[in-house]
Parts: sequence; structure tokens; C-alpha cells
Amino acid sequence: MTQAFAKPPRKNPLLRTPQMNLPPAARGRVALGLTAAAAEGRFMLQVCSECGATQYPPREACHQCLSPALRWQDQTGAGELLTETTLSHSNDLYFRERLPWRLGMVRLDAGPSAMVHLHGEVGAAPSRVRVGVRLDRAGQAVLIGFPEKGSEHMADDPMLREMASDPKFRKVLVTDGKSPVGQAVVRALAKAGADLIWVGQAEPWKQPAGFAELARLPQVSVVDLDVRDERSVQELAALIGAKVDIVINTAELHRRHGIGGRAGTEVAREEMEVNYLGLLRLAQAFGPVLMARAADGATHATAWVNLLSICALSNHPPEGTYSASKAAALSLAQCLRAELRAAGVRVLNVFPGPLDDEWSQNVPPPKLAPQALASAIVKALRDGVEDVYPGDIAQDWLARWRDNPKVLERELAAGGS
Amino acid sequence: MTHAPSQDLLGAFAQSLLAGQIRIVDLSHALSTDFPTLALPPELGQCQGFRIEQVSAYDARGASWYWNNISCSEHTGTHFDAPIHWITGRDRPGNAVDAVPPAHFIAPACVIDCSAQAARDADYLMTVADIESFEAAHGRIPAGAWVLMRTDWSQHWSRRRDARAYQNFDATGQHTPGPSVEAVRFLVEQRDVLGYGSETIGTDAGQAAHLRPPYPCHTLMHGAGKYGLQCLANLDQLPPTGALIVAAPLKIEHGSGSPLRVIALVADNGASR
Repeated sequence: MTQAFAKPPRKNPLLRTPQMNLPPAARGRVALGLTAAAAEGRFMLQVCSECGATQYPPREACHQCLSPALRWQDQTGAGELLTETTLSHSNDLYFRERLPWRLGMVRLDAGPSAMVHLHGEVGAAPSRVRVGVRLDRAGQAVLIGFPEKGSEHMADDPMLREMASDPKFRKVLVTDGKSPVGQAVVRALAKAGADLIWVGQAEPWKQPAGFAELARLPQVSVVDLDVRDERSVQELAALIGAKVDIVINTAELHRRHGIGGRAGTEVAREEMEVNYLGLLRLAQAFGPVLMARAADGATHATAWVNLLSICALSNHPPEGTYSASKAAALSLAQCLRAELRAAGVRVLNVFPGPLDDEWSQNVPPPKLAPQALASAIVKALRDGVEDVYPGDIAQDWLARWRDNPKVLERELAAGGS
Repeated sequence: MTHAPSQDLLGAFAQSLLAGQIRIVDLSHALSTDFPTLALPPELGQCQGFRIEQVSAYDARGASWYWNNISCSEHTGTHFDAPIHWITGRDRPGNAVDAVPPAHFIAPACVIDCSAQAARDADYLMTVADIESFEAAHGRIPAGAWVLMRTDWSQHWSRRRDARAYQNFDATGQHTPGPSVEAVRFLVEQRDVLGYGSETIGTDAGQAAHLRPPYPCHTLMHGAGKYGLQCLANLDQLPPTGALIVAAPLKIEHGSGSPLRVIALVADNGASR
């Protein structure tokens, strides 16, 4: 049985803050297919289109018939633990700091055998297990053997916990806590057991419904933060940056204009100012301190969440300038991910479809409730995934975009949604 | 050594300045990123607050120098409204900031103290009776003078840095003092003032959208080619009359307004009444 994660003691300020050593991160192009699936929380393996064989590790051609026609297919991960061992020594710095470490050989029901990390609740071989995939601290897919039926706190297994970003007992900055999404995220974090939630507010003279009550939550500390203002961002980072474990950037400006529907660039500039440059300012100010604390105890700095939009993938002309700003933000978020990965801090990109808010009032359902989006964000942190497409519209657009981005572009241009 | 009369005039003025007989009062707030900005319904175009981004600070971006890029609206911070700002003033000659005659940059000020009324009622509207009692005590407002409504409203920011109190929004909008329709009409038609200045975010009261006409100070003042000054500070340090206002907006081509440094010159040798 996994012990429930207990609130860790305060750190000893006289000791050097531990630095991060990443696990081995090199992967070939084909092996990255496993990582791409894991980024969405999916365990996929190559299946041969010719002979139907499932294979692991990933290769260029079918290990059975040599066909190059391989498709990535979702797996249940059911299998048999054949043998297991406990590592007591390693020359790799990451594992050396985390010994002892359990490994096992699993024969998947789908065919192949795989060497996997073992969850603490997995018993001695032989036994039935479920193999799942996680992104490790280096951001690469690794296989983990889970017990067929886990206990209540199985997610608190130390190995698993380090690969995810559970907000429990962590200190979180929500950059805009006044929007409906921001408020929902703050409440979801409080419910998830966050230790402290800094809630950013710009333009304090605007006090939307619900914000005053939110500010009274015991975990909440309202802070001045205007992502359009370099000094505001830098000052807040100077004040609290060294305490922040998770940044959730909910600050966004959403207007519904294409090119012809609104004269001038004032609105588009403001969208870029908040959605793109705001992220850049935050990343410059908070990125380095998060990286410096990536191994700081059991509640180390762990994740950065960006509220993007499914419109970041393909321009939605009725909200064309907003789409462009989110595409810019997506591109920058990829840069941020590459930079933070060096320290083992995860960047999560969230791509919702239309939200049920004031700026999508004329959009017919289905629309994503802010609470549903907030739950998806907390779940993504707990599951340790990188990319989240919450809601039916986002899933539908994603599938069409993957199928053929040009066709989706034409459909959206023709007024489809 | 002999001087021409004009040189004597300015020479004496300079001597008075050096002798500390003239007090300079800064009527401007600092341009800061957190200074409250005019807020309109979000679907409308918005006034951009003050923004500042560092270019270099004796670092890799420029080893020996510090400087910033700044941007803002023409109506950010302590600022000047030109007649072209309002539709009623759009056809006035010389209605943009670059066309304001330099002679208008310096003018006397009449400061009408409505601070007691504003303290009691955030929606207080200055009346013609307020102007008449001012004149009864301090003399007639001369043509070409600034009329400044003192409310001490600026102290919400300058003393307490309370943006919410300064803006004072509730569900029915903003609640800040300003002039009544009749008072504006009186100042324009009966006194031919240079312009009207306030300590609040606009020259009009917070609820002025509901007056007839809406926004009377903008509508009537600018329609008559008069100016506006807003977000003024330190009006409590000015005498009712006798202060000289220096307010020169930036020479923005075809600009509707401009942030600016407003100062007042006050004779401290008993000349002020």
C-alpha cells in the first residue's frame, strides 16, 4: 500500500538547494513516437499494418515481416511480470540519487516484452500488471508497471509522484484569477490541496462577480500582476518567484474579430500584448527561478501551464487575430518547454475549444464550462501530461487537424466549426 | 547696465524665482504602469495605460547607459484634452494639440474648492451657485483662465495609492465628482474660460453619461474650442486665484490630447489672495 503523501517539513535554509540531474534523455526519431503519445497520456505501440504484429521497442520496420507500414495504436498495457530486480547501484546520476530502484520484465498480452520501472505496489513476479507510460523528469516516455488494482493513494508512489506535478501541498501562481477560468482554476487548486495559491489581479478597480469571495479562501493570496507590464511581472517574481512550484498562466485576452471586422490593430496588439508577450515576460521572470528549484525537496518546482486555444493549431477566421496570438503563444510555449526541460520542469499546453463565457455568448453549444477546463488542468498536472485538448470541440478539431490540416483550414474558412 | 522693459519684467521674475518668492507646485502624477486608466465597455476601443520596457540598464544590452521605451494613450495619466478629442470640437480651427497656440500654455487659474461637497457625495456636481460664491469671495473669473475644480480626489492615489477608490466603480458605473451641465455652460458662455481641469480621470463626472447632454464638459467645452486637464494633483496647494498654470502638451501631430507635466507658479510673498 502506498502511503498518502504527507505535507513535507519546511526546508532547511542552511543547506544547499539540491540541483537536478536528469535521467537519460536521448531518443531516436522513431522512439519519440512513444513520447508523443505519452505527452497526451496515451500508451501507444507500433502495430504492423501488414502482419498485425505489435512491437516494442519502436523500430523502422516490423520485427516480424520487415514491413515499414507501422501504425501507432493505443494499448491496454495488460501483461505478466516475468521477473523483477532492485537496483542498488547506478553510475547514472539521476538513479544514483534515487536508489534503490525496482525494475521488471513484463510480457505484454499484445506480444512484446518490455523492461519497465515498477510501481511500489507491484508484488513479486510472476504477477499480473498493467503497463502504462509516463513522461519522466527529462520529458521522455518511460514504461511503468502498475498493479492491476492499485490502492487509494497509489499516485503518491514516490517514483510516480516525481514524474507528475500534483498540486497537493504545492505553491501555485495563477496569473489572472479574475476571469471565469481563472476563478475556476483557483477553486480547483484549493480543492486539490494546494498549499498556497497566489492569485494575480490586474486593474484592481475591476472587481468581477465571485472574486471577493475567492480572495477569502484560506489558501489564496491576491497579488498585483499585470502581464502587460514588465515591471509588474518582474516585481512579483522578485517577491514570490523563489517559492512558486507551479505557474498557471490563465491571463488571456479574447476578442472575436477577423481582419475585416475591426479597423486598426489596437485590439490585435492587445491580444499579442497579453497572450504572447505576457507569456514571454512571465517566462523570463519566473522561468529561471523555477529551474533553480526543480529538485528542491518533495514539493519541488515542477510545472508551467499555458492556457492556449484549439485556434492555435489552425486559424478560426471569426476570431482571427485571437487565433494568431494563440498560435504565437503556442510557438513560444514550445520554446519555453525546450528551455525548462533542461531542468526537468514540465510545460503543459492546454487547448480548449470555445468556453462558456461572455466572449462566446453567440456560439452555440457545446461550450466548455470554466469548471470543466479547471478540472482538466488539475487532472493533467496529476497525470503528468504535456498537451491537453479538453472538451468535444477541441477533440474534434484536433482529430481533423491531425487527419489533414489543409482540409481543416478550408473547413474553418468556409464557416465550418 | 540698462534693460529693455520686457527684460526687466522677466529679469525681476527670474530674481523672484531665485529668491524663492515663487513656489512651484507640481500638479502631475507620475506616469506609472499602475496608474488608473479610463475604462470603457470592453467591446469598445480602450485607452492604453502607461507602459515602459527597459532597453538597457548598464548591462549586456548597453553597457554604460540606462533607458526605456515607453508607450501610452494620449489620455493616460495627468493629461490634456484638445477640442478635437470630442466630436463637437472636430471642426474647430487649431483643435489638435500640435495647433494649440503657445500663448495658451501659460494661463492664470481659478481654483474652486468643492472638496467638502465631494467628500460627502462622490457624485457631486459643481453648480453655478458654487461658481458665484467663489466669485463673491475672490472676484470674477477672468476670460482665458483655467477653472480647476478642487475635490481632493487625487489624494486617493497620491496619498493612499488606492486605485479602486480613485476609480470608484460599482455595478452602475463610476462615481466621481464633476461639473453640472449648467456650470459648464456658464463657464463657457459667461466667462469664456481657457478650459476646465479636474482631479478625477475625466473632466466629466463619473455618471455624466446620464446628464443632458451626456458628458457636458467634453461636449460643451470642446465644442467651444476650450481645453481640458485631468488627473491633476495637489490642487489643495493652490490659492483660489493668483496661481499661474504652465501646461504645454506634447506636440503630437493631429493629436487629441497628451500626457504632460503641469506646474503652477504661486507667489509666496503675499501676492496670492
